[in-house]
Amino acid sequence: MTSVVALDAVPRIRRGVKCAYDQIRSAHVVLFPEGVLVLNETAASVVALCDGVRSVGDIALALGDEYAGVEPEDVASLVARLVERRVVDVDG
Amino acid sequence: MAEAPFGLLAELTHRCPLQCGYCSNPLELVRRDAELSTEDWRRVFDQARSLGCLQVHLSGGEPLLRQDLPELVSHANSLGCYVNLVTSGVGLSRDRLRSLASLGVDHVQLSLQDATRAGNDRIAGIKAFDRKVEAAAFVREEGLPLTVNTVLHRQNLDHVAGIIAMAEEMGAERLELANTQYYGWALRNRAALLPTREQLAAADPVVASAQERLRGRMEIVYVIADYHEAHPKPCMYGWGARQLTVAPNGDVLPCPAATVISSLRIENVRESSLHDIWHSSSSFNAFRGFDWMQDPCRSCPRKEVDFGGCRCQAFQLTGDAAATDPVCSLSPSRSTVDQILATEMAPADVPAMAMRKMR
Repeated sequence: MTSVVALDAVPRIRRGVKCAYDQIRSAHVVLFPEGVLVLNETAASVVALCDGVRSVGDIALALGDEYAGVEPEDVASLVARLVERRVVDVDG
Repeated sequence: MAEAPFGLLAELTHRCPLQCGYCSNPLELVRRDAELSTEDWRRVFDQARSLGCLQVHLSGGEPLLRQDLPELVSHANSLGCYVNLVTSGVGLSRDRLRSLASLGVDHVQLSLQDATRAGNDRIAGIKAFDRKVEAAAFVREEGLPLTVNTVLHRQNLDHVAGIIAMAEEMGAERLELANTQYYGWALRNRAALLPTREQLAAADPVVASAQERLRGRMEIVYVIADYHEAHPKPCMYGWGARQLTVAPNGDVLPCPAATVISSLRIENVRESSLHDIWHSSSSFNAFRGFDWMQDPCRSCPRKEVDFGGCRCQAFQLTGDAAATDPVCSLSPSRSTVDQILATEMAPADVPAMAMRKMR
């Protein structure tokens, strides 16, 4: 039941969700009412750009400056998973 | 070495203004004079964070009855933990909530006993409904996310549509509808609480259609009535795997109900560190992983899904904490559960509910 997120959708971190760096696990984490997500480096970069302004396409472009081979579709599917976990909402 | 836990369930006190007969607290409630001090709790939070905990659930009993709650919230927040306040709402004034929010409460989980004032207050044993409605409004005003939590049983399962409507009205972002799990007071009152198959069958489509209708607005989590199921719940996602509980007196429990397993040697934060207890104690290692399992679990592919079910339930119903959870259709003791259903689901004489009280 993976929801589809369009490239012009604008993701934002949901109310009550906190992003942090966990020194114990040496990893970026997302904290929310239901639990904890431990993020890999790519996911952490995407989450950091879910600011309610950039679209999925914008995020892919921004990450392209930093990493080689970032496909907008990959960002969209990652955002879709974050929507399912109720970490981000999307507009548009 | 075991993986680090993500959450600490801090049962700050067993004192509670409510008297719900399904409370999961043990029948032998910890008295006020045996509760940990503020300093003890600060140390527990420090140790929990060093161990890897990122969520602190401040629970009870009613955590608002601890006068040092503001200090404890602030301390958990200063460690970088996500702070979840689990409350009945009784005693949560606007000023109190505003202050707790400013000190670092991130999320409020509010209990609701039934859809209506009369039903709620009968089950809770005190007039609490209006104060819950008020508390929900304060949480919304403060801009904190709100989860409403309702325990379901024979006496309120028929009102599940009303409960969902009430949670919507309260502005909840999440609603947990948890069928009663039979430990502590709930086990004591099982014959007054076990729902009938007809009740469960009627509630299922109501919940499913509300989940669909409210998608994106209010998430509804439905916890199954495990006695009526063919497979056990994935209790705690495995023993000593993700979370630990510290009871009001400092006992450290792999699951909130673990004191019922009388063969378990329970450690206490007054004597050992959480690190040592999590990694090295016999209690936390007793049912970790899969090696402790007997058949049918040992050779069952579902062991990766349900971890053999609940150890406390296995102990309570079979006398062996390492047995397959007897609710499992593959358990040699499933007939024990069927017998309970046959005699207690629709008893000839419904016993009165024993209200939760300190002795």
